[in-house]
Amino acid sequence: MEDHGAVALRRLLASLPAAVLETHARLGDATAVVDRARLLDVLRLLRDDRELDFAMLTDVTGVDYLPRKPRFEVVYHLYSPAKNHRVRIKVCVPEEDPRVETAVPLYASADWMEREVWDLYGIRFDGHPDLRRILLYEEFEGHPLRKDYPKERRQPLVGPRN
Amino acid sequence: MAEPYFPSAPHRSEDDFERDLHTEHQVLNMGPSHPATHGTVKFLVELDGENIVNLDIQVGYLHRGFEKECEAGTWYQCIPYTDRLNYNSAVLANLGFCMAVEKMLGIETPERCQWLRVMSGEIGRIGDHLTRCGAACLELAAMTPFLYGIEARELTWDHLEILCGARVTSNYIRIGGVKHGMPPDFPASCRAYIAKTRELLRDFDDVITSNRIFVDRLKGTGVIDRATCLRYGVTGPILRSTGEPLDLRKQEPYLVYDQIDFDVPVGTVGDNYDRYLVCVEEMHQSLRIVEQCLAKLEQLGPGPVNVFDPRVRWPAKGRVFNHMEELIQQFKSVTEGPRVPAGEGYFAVESANGELGFYLVSDGSAVPVKVRCRPPSFINLAPMSGMLKGALLADLIPTFDFINMIGGECDR
Repeated sequence: MEDHGAVALRRLLASLPAAVLETHARLGDATAVVDRARLLDVLRLLRDDRELDFAMLTDVTGVDYLPRKPRFEVVYHLYSPAKNHRVRIKVCVPEEDPRVETAVPLYASADWMEREVWDLYGIRFDGHPDLRRILLYEEFEGHPLRKDYPKERRQPLVGPRN
Repeated sequence: MAEPYFPSAPHRSEDDFERDLHTEHQVLNMGPSHPATHGTVKFLVELDGENIVNLDIQVGYLHRGFEKECEAGTWYQCIPYTDRLNYNSAVLANLGFCMAVEKMLGIETPERCQWLRVMSGEIGRIGDHLTRCGAACLELAAMTPFLYGIEARELTWDHLEILCGARVTSNYIRIGGVKHGMPPDFPASCRAYIAKTRELLRDFDDVITSNRIFVDRLKGTGVIDRATCLRYGVTGPILRSTGEPLDLRKQEPYLVYDQIDFDVPVGTVGDNYDRYLVCVEEMHQSLRIVEQCLAKLEQLGPGPVNVFDPRVRWPAKGRVFNHMEELIQQFKSVTEGPRVPAGEGYFAVESANGELGFYLVSDGSAVPVKVRCRPPSFINLAPMSGMLKGALLADLIPTFDFINMIGGECDR
C-alpha cells in the first residue's frame, strides 16, 4: 500500500508542484498539504488522471488545532478501488476566513460530509448546493467540535411555538 | 314525446379533461420514529400521487457528540463509545478504533489475538446481516422469516456473550489485544451454533427468497449503479450488489484475513434483491470464516492474547503489589492509559455496512485531539434520495432497510 500512495504523491508533485505545500508518508499514509486556493485542481487531477484514478472520496473531516495558526484543517481521504491506493489531502483554513471551495461538483459524497464539517466546525464550503446543518438543528448556537466550545455548554430550548 | 335528456360532458377532448383536474404535490412527513422503518430518521417526501418526486433525508436524531466525548477522555475511554456506534456489530467498531490506535502506536498484536478478533468480528457481522434481512422481511409484512432471523440472531448474540461477556455492546477489543481468550467450552458450543444458524438460514431461504410478494417488492427497486456508488463513496453490500467486488478484507487484508479462505459475493443489477442475496451469502461466508478461526484457535491452544507492551497493558498483579515501578505504572495505566505518539493515522476495516474508518490525531498526550469515525451508514444513506426519484412510496421501505442505516453510527 505504501508504495502505491508514494506513487500518487510523486505524480501529484510532478503535475502540480506549485499547489502542494508539503508531503509526508508517516505510518504509511501518503499525505499532501495543498494550497487552499488550488484544492479543486488537486482533487480534479487525482480523480481524472488515469494512473491515479481516485474514484472515491471516502472521507471529509475537519480538525481544530487551537491555538495553532492557521487554526483549522480540512482533511480529505481518497481511495482508488481500481489501483487500490489511498491518499490524504489536507488544506489549512485560518480562523478569520473559515471557507474552502466545495468538492461537490467532483465528488457527490462531499455533499453530506461537507455539511457535517460546516455543522460541527463552522467551516463554510463555497459553492455548496445546500449548506444546511446536518447532524444538529438549525437553532443550534455555535459549532460544537471547535475546541473552544465547552462540552457542558447548554443550548437554548427550542420547540413548537404555542 | 320529449327526447330523453343526456347531459353532455363539460369537456370536449381528453386534453380538456386533463386540464380541468386539479392536482398538487403532497409533502409527507415520515418519521423520525415511523413504524415501518427501523432507525430514527426523518424523510420529507414530496409525492405526486404515490410517486416520490423529492426526498429530503434528515438525520441527526441520535447525535450524541461521539467525537466531542472522545476528545474529552483518554484513548481507552473511547472504546465503549465505539460500541454504541453500530450497535448491531459493536465488535467491528471496537476493532476499527483499536487498530487505528495500534497503527499509531506501532503495535503488532499476537497471532492468537488476531484470530480471536476475526472470529468475534465475523460473529458480529452475522448478527448485523441477520438484523438487516430479518427486519426487512418484517417491514414487508413477512413475520415468519423475521422470527427465523431473530432466533439466529439471539444465538449469535448468545455466543458473543460467551466470548465477550456482553450481548450487544461487547467492549471486547482492547488496544493491543482482546479482553480475554475464548472459554474452553466455546468451540463446541460455537460449532453447534454454526450448524443451527445454517439450518435457520435454510429455513429463512425456503420461506422468503423465492416468495412472489417479496421478490416483487425487491426486484428492480432502489436501483443504484456502480458509477453512482463510487461518486457517493458508497461501500459494503450496496456497492458489491452492483458487481464491484470491493471488500477491504480482500483489498487491504488486515489481521489474518489473507490466511482465510472466503469468497466475496457480488450482485449484478444493484437493486434491493441483489443486496438481499449478497447479505445472505455474506452470512454463509462469515460462518465459514468462524469455522476456520475455531480450528486455528484450537490448534494454537491457550496462551497470551495481548501484546506485551507496557504502554498499553497493565503490569502483572504480583509485581504491582511488590515493586514501586510497577505500582506507578499501574497507576498511570489506570488513570490515563497509553500516550499515543503525536501524528495522524487513518485505518479502515470492512464493517457490515462498508468501510468503517477511524482518522485519529494525537498531540502525544493521553487525550486524543481528534477521533473521526468515517461512518458507512451516513455515507451510504446520502444517495438514497436519488435512488428513489420517481419510485413508489412503498419502495422507500425496502430500500431503506437494505441500506441498513444504523442511527447510532450515522448520527454519532
